[in-house]
Amino acid sequence: MREIKIPYIDYMAQRWKALYLSGALILITFVSLAIQGLNFGLDFTGGTVIELGYQEPVETAEVSQALEGAGLTGVTVQYFGSNRDVLLRIPPSGETNNAALSQKVFDTLAAAAGGKVEMRRVEFVGPQVGEELTEQGGLAVLYSVFGILIYVALRFEWRFSVGAVAATVHDAIIVLGVFSIFQLDFDLNVLASVLTVVGYSLNDTIVIFDRVRENFRKVRKGTPLQIMNQSVNETMSRTIITAGTVFLVVIALYLFGGETLRGFSLALLVGLVSGTWSTIYIASNVAILLGVSPANLAVPKKEGEGAGAQV
Amino acid sequence: MNRYPLWKNLMILGIVLLGVILALPNVFSQDPSIEVSAARRTEMTAGSADEIRAALENAKVPFKRIDTLDNGKLLVRFTSSGDQLRGQEAIENTLSERYRSALTLSTDLPGWVQALGLKPMTLGLDLRGGVYVLIDVDMEAAVGQALDRYVEEIRTQLRDAKVRYTTVSRVQNQVVVRFADAQAREAGYKIIAKDFSDLKLENVDQGGDNLISLAMTPMQEKQLKDFALQQNVTTLRNRVNALGVAEPNIARQGDRRIVVQLPGAQDPGRLKEILGATATLEYRLVDTEHSVADAEAGKVPAASRLYRDRDGRPVLLKRRVIVTGDQITDAASGFDPQSGTPMVTVALDAPGGRRMFDMTTENVGKPMAVVFIENRTITKQVDGKPVKQTQKVEEVISVATIREPFGRRFQTTGLDSSEEAHNLALLLRAGALAAPIQIVEERTVGPSLGQDNIDQGMMSVIIGFLAVVVFMGVYYSWFGMVANVVLLLNLVLIVAVMGLLGATLTMPGIAGMVLTIGMAVDANVLIFERMREEIRNGNTPQACIAAGYDKALSAIIDGNVTTLIAAVVLFSFGTGPIKGFAVTLTVGLIASMFTAITCSRAMINWIWGGKRLKSLPV
Repeated sequence: MREIKIPYIDYMAQRWKALYLSGALILITFVSLAIQGLNFGLDFTGGTVIELGYQEPVETAEVSQALEGAGLTGVTVQYFGSNRDVLLRIPPSGETNNAALSQKVFDTLAAAAGGKVEMRRVEFVGPQVGEELTEQGGLAVLYSVFGILIYVALRFEWRFSVGAVAATVHDAIIVLGVFSIFQLDFDLNVLASVLTVVGYSLNDTIVIFDRVRENFRKVRKGTPLQIMNQSVNETMSRTIITAGTVFLVVIALYLFGGETLRGFSLALLVGLVSGTWSTIYIASNVAILLGVSPANLAVPKKEGEGAGAQV
Repeated sequence: MNRYPLWKNLMILGIVLLGVILALPNVFSQDPSIEVSAARRTEMTAGSADEIRAALENAKVPFKRIDTLDNGKLLVRFTSSGDQLRGQEAIENTLSERYRSALTLSTDLPGWVQALGLKPMTLGLDLRGGVYVLIDVDMEAAVGQALDRYVEEIRTQLRDAKVRYTTVSRVQNQVVVRFADAQAREAGYKIIAKDFSDLKLENVDQGGDNLISLAMTPMQEKQLKDFALQQNVTTLRNRVNALGVAEPNIARQGDRRIVVQLPGAQDPGRLKEILGATATLEYRLVDTEHSVADAEAGKVPAASRLYRDRDGRPVLLKRRVIVTGDQITDAASGFDPQSGTPMVTVALDAPGGRRMFDMTTENVGKPMAVVFIENRTITKQVDGKPVKQTQKVEEVISVATIREPFGRRFQTTGLDSSEEAHNLALLLRAGALAAPIQIVEERTVGPSLGQDNIDQGMMSVIIGFLAVVVFMGVYYSWFGMVANVVLLLNLVLIVAVMGLLGATLTMPGIAGMVLTIGMAVDANVLIFERMREEIRNGNTPQACIAAGYDKALSAIIDGNVTTLIAAVVLFSFGTGPIKGFAVTLTVGLIASMFTAITCSRAMINWIWGGKRLKSLPV
């Protein structure tokens, strides 16, 4: 039996400092969101994206020049993964004839590169679709938060529920903050990963709350704060191992999943760290601040233990 | 002692076996292939395969082999998508007159797997390459057109009944009829109420004017929109089928959208041409006064034009058009109750019906023809280079004798078979779109990017998986190995269920799978950590196993259900890639709960459950 010896730490002693830190990070995020907002990707803004694969390395300046020479202005040119892959962004315009536009762009560049270029991907999203997506995305987050709030309130108690949701919202905000501060591309895949973070962070929180629930019923001595501390410590080895293994998987996704999944896996990485942090310091903290006590869970229900073993 | 009852073990074994069998077809590699079918007016022959083989060998394109499919089509298999593209070029450049080729992916399944009727999971367009188009149907225009038709019809009815009206016009979503006096309005009201009982009628007095306003009921409007969308789907499907793509998918999405997915297609421009094609129909009288032979020799009468039917035979038609396809409101195939022969029932709008009545009254006993007009793209050889050209094709699809005068509704009989009747009805309906369309989203993924995505996605899954496997084995020793087996089983079950549901695996779907691995590991970590706690508390090994599973259960279920809530919300709100992610995540979470709780317990019970143990290998 190999085991990491994890020292018993009084996590809750640092709870105010931790709250200030999280508060500061959220404040920074809000400032960044207010000033520069999110760098919304094609899915939300509408427009055209063209990915080209060159046989030989190419300078983005050359590509821009070739396009401007053909009267195609307003096209953003950037590398996508390597210096042979180029991503072109064309903002939405009134012109709906996208196929003709993207063909013209491709023909222009193919001529400039002597034919040594390949069209890898063309995506066009109408502005109307983008608006709908933004709306749907916002609603999706809202509805899942509500669903979770209700479920946790039913399974635990409303104070836990609020704590769990506070931790979750905290993580979503931190991920948004990273994408806003560094102006990373926020597309549909990143939205999916924000929702995944919501799910993961909750799972993490629930595991600790599950232990708190158990200890509240079992341990008769000690303040709620002490029991909370004990529960966090008891589950710490699991927290570290799970976070570690998921981290391994997501790192693999980030490093080997290709450019398409980079934003997605980065959001997951940030969310993973934030999720572990918020489980300890936001979820438990908020529940304590709301005055959670063993009395709230005094009636032992039959759920959990044994009852659901027959899957 | 830790034992599962026999029935439980059998059930688990059954599910696992079923999963393995269902997931089996995915193990075999998918070949980039070209499906070759006969172009119109030609047929596949025994020599077709040799012809294609020769064309490929001439162009020096290596290929694996050529299979003959059940429907007579040929399937040319390649080892890489690059060869596949060059192969299609070779076939199109030399044989495009006779054959149609479509890019596809096909699994190289051994006979016994095929015999079980199993199919691999469908790959999304982002993984196999292809064109995705989201089309918005202009519903306001569809309603507007319908109201315009009402305006026309009400005018006719009032005129026929000799009721004096001032104007009939469309005002937003209503038809407003203006009368000179209250008396005329009363008379008009009776007529309109009789003929348009499905509309909502209302008398309005506005600034001394006598008006009747008509509006569609919400129910009627919904029906109309539904019909317009359905009609557009049918029309688009007919047009897309002409593209010759292997597995086109055209489906409605929500109230006003249509999704078109063309796996393997490369050229969105060509798709757009087809979608926007102005295929239409014209009814014309046959010129019986002049000789067809003369016309063929170059002496075409001024008032006539020479057409050809589908078999290439010449037909001389009058230049004057009776009605055009956009005046057709419906067409259905059926059987003539009198003769029992196949027929097509056609309905026209009011002006079309009037014109048809006038023309047929004058021409009883004479033949009338239906001309199908379509823009088609053909690849031709110009100076040794393939050039794509758009051609206007006009074909006579049917000639029939006018037996008696008819108007808005009539039957076309004299068709050879019920299949021909069905096809004609389809063509008549497909002639025009019921409402204007606009492309609001379009994604094209090249085959090389698709291949890269598969490779990278699979690679990251495998690496992540291996990292977890090594860690679990080292950290939790033999119980860790059980967790690893269960993890693998989890992946197998996801693949099996995805295949069973006919769900599509996309790039975000692979990401969802990766996440599921993480969640599944968490369940096992929770259980094993509990066991270690119990061991530290000094309990017996068998009690530790039982307590580990029992006490971790509530945490696992609560954790998974909350994530499941997020996944289900994603599924109901998301479209396209997000939906793919949500499906994999949902399936994965359920599979991981089953495998991590039940399957791992069954294995541990089976191996260690019945023994006297001094310690647990955890």
